[in-house]
Amino acid sequence: MAKTKNNTLKLQFDTTWNYAPAPESKSIASIKPRYELFINGEFVKPSSKKYFDTINPANEEKLSEVADANAADIDKAVKAARTAYDKVWSKMPAKERAKYIYRIARMMQERAREFAVIESLDGGKPIRESRDFDVPTAANHFFYYAGWADKLEYAFPNRTAVPLGVAGQIIPWNFPLLMAAWKVAPAIATGNTVVLKPAETTPLTALKLAEIIQEADLPPGVVNIITGAGATGAAIVNHPDIDKIAFTGSTDVGKIIQKAIAGTNKKATLELGGKAANIIFEDAPLDQAVEGVINGIFFNQGHVCCAGSRLYVQESVYKTVLRKLKDRLETLIVGDPLDKNTDIGAINSKQQLETIHKYIKIGQQEGAEMFQSSCALPGKGYFCRPTLFTNVAQSSRIAQEEIFGPVLTIQTFRTEDEVIEKANNTPFGLSAGVWTDKGSKIFNMTTKMRAGVVWANTYNKFDPTSPFGGYKESGYGREGGLHGLSAYVNLI
Amino acid sequence: MIIPDFRISPRVDQVGIEERASRVTKRSIKKESKMNGLLLALNMIDLTTLEGKDTDGKVKQLCYKAQHLHDAYPGLPTVAAICVYPSMVKTAKQALGNSGVKVASVATAFPSGQAPRDVKIRDTKYAVANGADEVDMVISRGKFLMGEYNYVFDEIAAIKEACGDARLKVILETGELGSYDKVRRASDIAMYAGADFIKTSTGKISPAATLPVTLVMLEAIRDFYYVTGKMIAMKPAGGISKSKLALHYLVMLKEVLGEAWMNNEWFRFGASSLANDLLMQIVKEKTGLYQSKDYFSID
Repeated sequence: MAKTKNNTLKLQFDTTWNYAPAPESKSIASIKPRYELFINGEFVKPSSKKYFDTINPANEEKLSEVADANAADIDKAVKAARTAYDKVWSKMPAKERAKYIYRIARMMQERAREFAVIESLDGGKPIRESRDFDVPTAANHFFYYAGWADKLEYAFPNRTAVPLGVAGQIIPWNFPLLMAAWKVAPAIATGNTVVLKPAETTPLTALKLAEIIQEADLPPGVVNIITGAGATGAAIVNHPDIDKIAFTGSTDVGKIIQKAIAGTNKKATLELGGKAANIIFEDAPLDQAVEGVINGIFFNQGHVCCAGSRLYVQESVYKTVLRKLKDRLETLIVGDPLDKNTDIGAINSKQQLETIHKYIKIGQQEGAEMFQSSCALPGKGYFCRPTLFTNVAQSSRIAQEEIFGPVLTIQTFRTEDEVIEKANNTPFGLSAGVWTDKGSKIFNMTTKMRAGVVWANTYNKFDPTSPFGGYKESGYGREGGLHGLSAYVNLI
Repeated sequence: MIIPDFRISPRVDQVGIEERASRVTKRSIKKESKMNGLLLALNMIDLTTLEGKDTDGKVKQLCYKAQHLHDAYPGLPTVAAICVYPSMVKTAKQALGNSGVKVASVATAFPSGQAPRDVKIRDTKYAVANGADEVDMVISRGKFLMGEYNYVFDEIAAIKEACGDARLKVILETGELGSYDKVRRASDIAMYAGADFIKTSTGKISPAATLPVTLVMLEAIRDFYYVTGKMIAMKPAGGISKSKLALHYLVMLKEVLGEAWMNNEWFRFGASSLANDLLMQIVKEKTGLYQSKDYFSID
């Protein structure tokens, strides 16, 4: 590629023709002032009598309050799940189980817009993403696993798949509804019953899902949804009558869970943190690679465990890629999550915003060069400008630790071997991306990357049929696809 | 200017470019933003008639329309230019007078381009001599697909010379090129050979302009600008007949090239029926009501 003539050339993206605000209406979302625990098919008051607020991170206003479950509530939920498992769900013909799951999927589609609005209100993600990604993909997971329910003998030929029993499932705040679908759909399709805990900052769509489950006449106790913070999660993990723990969240909590269940019969799947390498070779389609990098790190404000947070660019195209990244950064719209034109919404919580700011400060102290988009931020709410760091080394903390926000570190490399070594030089191993026009290079790279998912010439693509999960400190077990079934069955 | 090796023009990933292009269709353009966009698009139109049956009468009427889009609604801009065959340039020039509306003429054995170079040069000179402000040439797609990039380059350079002061639009006829990689390569050749505009299509081949093809070309323009400091204009042509689609193109332009290109010196729509759809939408924005097609003239 020819050299840039001079560095003074600049494109002006702050144009006289601008987009008017286009907010999605909130009126479709019916949010109750208070939510109880969903146990045994009914909404019941918590024995703690305590409630906590869930707020809209885009304006810091209270949306609703939800019950804080304690160990007694968990026990009630597990007992309900056990009874439902023993008496109803494990005995029901699989094709009948499937009908219920199909019904849930269809009802979710019918109320897709309401789910999308609530997801954006409660979690801060742009409506474009909740509408076009979270909600449809969640419904697709239910459809997909409903299809498997009566076909398990084909999934595991010559073996008999029997359910595990009661599954305790703890999900994160970054994709609340989608993670609930990832957990609940395969579990109940294979005949298990469930106690699910959504994250304390984003409980609303899971509680909406509870309403759908109630309307769908799912037998009481098959799915129980209880809310609370860390202590509630611990009570699930430590409950003696739970057969399986499925957790998605931070590596730190994953380690605690693993310690807690050591010496028990509980099975576990853990989907934890990540620090994915996204690698651009000089022969890559650069504009599409840049778009993929943007999507890889700024999708959902960077609150994605498989976010491509470490960018590696081959030195011969480094300047060009950096310029293209900066130009694209300037066209991203940060603001009201409910505005249809918003690209980057609100950071999920005050606590997470503080974590991100802490890392931005560390990056500056480490001598990395920072570039942020010049966009204005809303006066209220938790927002963070999309941020790039250059002049970063493998030994920089911002390149080693998971930030879980819209912050990208950029390093250069010279050869294929060098970048493989650098990309794998991390305690994580959830995902990676490779950008090149050469097919043989893709195959070489993908076989050598130690990551559960490797995307080639694309990034952040999800499908119910495709397994997802990590290496090393990114956890173990696979969710999605055929592999996702085996996490919920014993084969005899 | 250092001429690069066009065989190694940047590659384009089909899935990626189509995804990015569809992203612009997700932008929601409402209220004053919509109104301003519609007016801007109207002012960017090359109002076109390129038919075997074109006559002085048809061209004169079209020229009147170009200057009086919808007099019932005062304060509207004119279109940017009228686009005709070389034989109609004189008529159009006279009809448009000093209205500011430019006359663009297709040339170089439009639309096939299958003629000897000297014929193409004479065709061009004829159009310019009759008063064309802009010349829309076609590239030799056959030679391009044979890999004879030097031939294509030299031909464009020769036509550019024949244009004199007239601005040269180079039509790639992307519907015949077969891949986004080739669209990018043809764009690079045209810009380095002296094009003032690069243009997607003749309108005689389907598919004509599409959002992804236009995105490939806008990205080529951006890269060329950063390398040479020279701005190149863009003209998608053919298949753009609805306002909503025109607004999608403007969103793309805004997000790829930005402010400097957001005017009719640097961006055009080659279209014949788009103007009336824009007018219908503009009136609707003003009155809240859609009028029937019979309320808008069809020159």
